[in-house]
Amino acid sequence: MNLNAFWEYANPKKFIQTADWLLPWFAGLAAVTLVSGLIWGFFFTPADYRQGSTVKIIYLHVPSALMAINAWLMMLVTSLIWIVRRHHVSALAARAAAPVGMVMTLIALVTGAIWGQPMWGTWWAWDPRLTSFLILFLFYLGYIALWEAIENDDTAADLTSILCLVGSVFALLSRYAVNFWNQGLHQGASLSLDKEENVADVFWYPLLVCMAGFVFLFIALVLMRTRTEIRARRMRALLARERMGA
Amino acid sequence: MIALLLRDIRLAMRAGGGFGLGLSFFLIVVVLVPFGVGPQSALLTVIAPGVLWLGALLACLLSLDRILALDWEDGSLDLLATSPVPMEGIVSVKALAHWLTTGLPLVAAAPVLGLLLNLSEAGYKWLIISLFLGTPALSVIGTFGAALTVGLKRGGLLLSLLVLPLYVPTLIFGAEVARRGAEGFDVTTPLLMLAGITCGTIALLPFASAAVLRVNLR
Amino acid sequence: MMLQVSDLTIARGGIPVLEGVRFTLTQGQALVVRGPNGIGKTTLLRTIAGLQPPISGQIDVPPESLVYAGHADGIKATLTVAENLSFWAQVFGKKDYSQAIEAFKLGSLSTRPAGALSAGQKRRLGLARLLVTGRAIWVLDEPTVSLDTEAVAMFAHAVRAHLATGGMALMATHIDLGLNEAQMLDVGAFKAKPLSNSDFDGAFL
Repeated sequence: MNLNAFWEYANPKKFIQTADWLLPWFAGLAAVTLVSGLIWGFFFTPADYRQGSTVKIIYLHVPSALMAINAWLMMLVTSLIWIVRRHHVSALAARAAAPVGMVMTLIALVTGAIWGQPMWGTWWAWDPRLTSFLILFLFYLGYIALWEAIENDDTAADLTSILCLVGSVFALLSRYAVNFWNQGLHQGASLSLDKEENVADVFWYPLLVCMAGFVFLFIALVLMRTRTEIRARRMRALLARERMGA
Repeated sequence: MIALLLRDIRLAMRAGGGFGLGLSFFLIVVVLVPFGVGPQSALLTVIAPGVLWLGALLACLLSLDRILALDWEDGSLDLLATSPVPMEGIVSVKALAHWLTTGLPLVAAAPVLGLLLNLSEAGYKWLIISLFLGTPALSVIGTFGAALTVGLKRGGLLLSLLVLPLYVPTLIFGAEVARRGAEGFDVTTPLLMLAGITCGTIALLPFASAAVLRVNLR
Repeated sequence: MMLQVSDLTIARGGIPVLEGVRFTLTQGQALVVRGPNGIGKTTLLRTIAGLQPPISGQIDVPPESLVYAGHADGIKATLTVAENLSFWAQVFGKKDYSQAIEAFKLGSLSTRPAGALSAGQKRRLGLARLLVTGRAIWVLDEPTVSLDTEAVAMFAHAVRAHLATGGMALMATHIDLGLNEAQMLDVGAFKAKPLSNSDFDGAFL
């Protein structure tokens, strides 16, 4: 594939055209997979022999946790693209993804708490996994707050990109630090991706569908929000031009 | 660069320079803790290393916005940026000056405050060592945060929001060293991690801080 | 040694303000930048000083030859006049600042904290900083603000002495310094066109 062709989508106009075309597809795919995956998971899977019906929250918990991390990774990649190639769309995509990622983190935390209540007998335990997500949530908060605080678009894009880079390193460090600090005295998230051998096929397939649904949902939301950011930016550019013409 | 370091230290020592503010804050936090959790010495012994680390971290945080904001306001930062001193040198020196005027006094004061919290006898050594190793990282990371928010009016709250998550690894390993030391356990692993984080931030973060500062001076 | 600016386009807040700016400054020359408020004089000087990147165009200047003085003087209120000057001298790798004290008649003030100076005295201290740097090209943004007539004469004298030793000065000012040899540059002629294609946000239109 010709790499230059790919960068064409860094042109805002081209991006909006493509996004307009792609958005209904991804939104539709997200709706279909999420609805079918959740119905399958909630009503057509047996209760776990140990955890009873509470286990069904994994159909929200695991995919949202997955997207919470992937959203940050996407922001890292788009931030790097902005720093290296200075495509405005890339920076705006990072900005658009951040609130989505933050909400995903929040969903993962809340569903984790709801799941933890019957399982561990407490709403919150300083389990390394949960703690890491709490820290990730704080990183999202800081990143979004920095975007909001700076008026100049390019300055904000530069600063948030560097923050995203530095933050990624520290988030990773925090993950290891937290693991070290509390070596999973609790039961841990027993049904998670890296322990997939523990998950029977009967839970695994609907979970896969739900994860696909969350991926599509994320893509649709980011496309939509990036489009909005581009239009807002375009409006500011038009206003600036008007002021200069006057 | 030495001139800049000496100037920053001199400014901090002079009236209104903020030297001692962090120390007083540290003292007050530590004094307030027993009021909050109760005066039982056994309980205080258990939480002393963590409280002292947290107090030092907050005292450090308090003075971060002075690192660059004052030089930004009076135009010195513009002039320094056009001087022969490289930007990486400026932020490194600023961080060093901050550590010498804030971090180091905190390290020195920590044992005295440890007395107030009934820190176990074995804990003093490791408390001092862990703070001595960890506070430079706090200053360097703080300088990065200060560089990010330097152009903003009322950036203080945002600065805390940005810097605190970055402080997590340092706090965890630093407090772990102090706690294990106080309880007489082996401290090697967290000590090495703490030293590694400090060395890593000192080596790499000034480049990020300098890049950020250049963007903010545009 | 000379300062050469060619085809320079500069932006403030992402919006181009001046385009096609060109001039050459050679040894012993002074150039006064003129133009109405908001035209981009400060942005031009900051760009030449290297504080912000130009959108396009070239600035040819020998390395380590330029010193910038902006609206703010960078004076520390709690340091004395002498300490302020000696700090900047050391930053630029120099030691001696007696000449600067003399040129701006700061001798009687040298042990006073800079915070106790009047606005005009502070400005004199800020300008005295230029002399201790030993740099050849002075880039000055409104250097005469809050100076009285006598101090303006002091400043004009310092500039003339600087030019006489082969120095250069580029400044934005509205006051006539009596520097007859200085050239004028009215940047109004370089005002960026609103429909410019080099617009940062051009891709968004």
